[in-house]
Amino acid sequence: MQDVFHIGGKELTSRLFLGTGKYSTNQMIPKIMEASGSQVVTLAMRRVDTDFAEENILNHIPANCVIMPNTSGARNAREAIRIARLARAAGCGDWVKIEVISDNRYLLPDNYETIKATEVLAADGFQVFPYMSPDLMVAKELAKVGAAAVMPLGAPIGSNRGLKTKELVRILIEEIPLPIIVDAGIGRPSEAADAMEMGAAAVLVNTAVATAREPVIMARAFGLAVQAGRAAFLAGPGAARQYASASSPLTGFLRED
Amino acid sequence: MSFYQETLRYRDFDYDGFFNGITCEDIRSIIYKDRLSELDYLALLSPVAEKHLEEMAQRAHRLTVQHFGRVILLYTPMYLANYCVNKCVYCGFGVQNHIKREKLTTREVEAEAAIIAATGLKHILILTGESRQHSPVSYIRDCVKVLKNYFTSISIEIYPLEEAEYAELIAAGVDGLTLYQEVYDEAVYGQLHLAGPKRDYYWRLEAPERACRAGMRTVNVGALLGLHDWRSEAFFTGLHANYLQNRYTDVEVSISPPRMRPHAGGFPPRVVVSDKNLVQYILAFRLFMPRGGITLSTRESAALRDRLLKLGITKMSAGSCTAVGGRVKGEEPAGQFDISDERDVRAMVSVLYSQGYQPVFKDWQMLE
Repeated sequence: MQDVFHIGGKELTSRLFLGTGKYSTNQMIPKIMEASGSQVVTLAMRRVDTDFAEENILNHIPANCVIMPNTSGARNAREAIRIARLARAAGCGDWVKIEVISDNRYLLPDNYETIKATEVLAADGFQVFPYMSPDLMVAKELAKVGAAAVMPLGAPIGSNRGLKTKELVRILIEEIPLPIIVDAGIGRPSEAADAMEMGAAAVLVNTAVATAREPVIMARAFGLAVQAGRAAFLAGPGAARQYASASSPLTGFLRED
Repeated sequence: MSFYQETLRYRDFDYDGFFNGITCEDIRSIIYKDRLSELDYLALLSPVAEKHLEEMAQRAHRLTVQHFGRVILLYTPMYLANYCVNKCVYCGFGVQNHIKREKLTTREVEAEAAIIAATGLKHILILTGESRQHSPVSYIRDCVKVLKNYFTSISIEIYPLEEAEYAELIAAGVDGLTLYQEVYDEAVYGQLHLAGPKRDYYWRLEAPERACRAGMRTVNVGALLGLHDWRSEAFFTGLHANYLQNRYTDVEVSISPPRMRPHAGGFPPRVVVSDKNLVQYILAFRLFMPRGGITLSTRESAALRDRLLKLGITKMSAGSCTAVGGRVKGEEPAGQFDISDERDVRAMVSVLYSQGYQPVFKDWQMLE
């Protein structure tokens, strides 16, 4: 089945986005990308060091991958906007993941500041991917101000706790006319498959791969899980039922007419 | 309520009584709690918990990898001046010590900066002694203006400032503060700080909070280990970090566990803090604040630093020099203390990679 993913002005075949933090060496990045089939990689602009070739993360990203710099470290909209512009000036393209976090205890995104940053950057020609706490009204506002997608968290970032916000994400998938990309919290491939099966457009994973004992194998597992979940969604799974359907229905006689 | 008022809750705390009541069973259940209370943290600092260091280490390692990854941020200190008006009995820069007093000109700062920047480092920590006459805020600001051309993150380890002064340095390009209380026990503090503005315990204790209010991005606190009972000092350091993190949620709070090193003046540590004690402190803090940073300096030996790496450390210094202008001047001026791990940045980088850790040179970028 032809299933091209149109997003942010690009056409992709993979619906797995990967992060680059937490690896023991940047040399893992091309291996992870290859094993997973992922075509989009997010990286913290705060870590991009263009002065030294060997430590410059940009030199480790395969040429065919889309770079999605993120605004990690931004405490408010003003800082996020500034970081996004620095990223574009550094040649990272026009995609940007907005990450505004003003609470280092839970690392939950600041939805209000995220909307403000999204509005300014979308008007400035960026393809804006806001990371947010799943909330319908906020997602509607993000869509209104020009976001390219909405990225609700599944659980607090780095927690590997899974799709704890499933019911809220489901509402976004049903109501928001933009791709919904589940970002943060996904700890296992089965949870990524679950999100895709539900209709998420893509998932973004970092900690679960980077901190696995065998990151390359885990990357492959996530790639397969996302494909499986997507295929299941497209196939239209039958509705789950609480009881088995009776083979001799009690009202079958009504259909005889 | 200030942190000082928080400390009063433990003013007459019976540490020995508390420690005597802790059992191995208590420690085992605390290690696997999702969220530790203040007294859970103190229990992990108890003598009983020494029997559970391996279990604590496994958990601390997993938490650190989960929250920070296999990554260590590298930085180096640069001493701008060693003029000091304080009489602190344990410090090599103390006014009582007859050492050569120096202060770098901005041109010399630039020369040091160029040498450091050539090693690839992007995070710098600048230090001075306490002398508002010789190293006023305006001097530090002028140095920051020069350093901005070489580094993407500048932290200060200087005398405590007013909130407006912190704001002034932040506006100039400073994003981090390191300020050690040295001793949290108020009575002992008084015995060790004999003269000078540093005698003011409260002014120093509340300085990190003033920096948070002024908008500092990272704040690092600590007690100088060896001056007083390490268990209670480690406890108060953790309480201080936790207090700041809870009130200033957008600040990245971290601690340092510095142990006393030899220096001019020759004050011997009052309390011996063993490697085992240091390990216990690092592990207990990691379990108490899973997202808190832990900074390890070159005060510790290369061999020990390599082993502590996996226990919760997030930031390490490299290629350090504790003397003013030590990198550009041929002679060897007196440092604040003797460093122990003398490996240069290249050597640290290869050690980190060999241990399965990525050295990070840049983790922030000034936005203005």
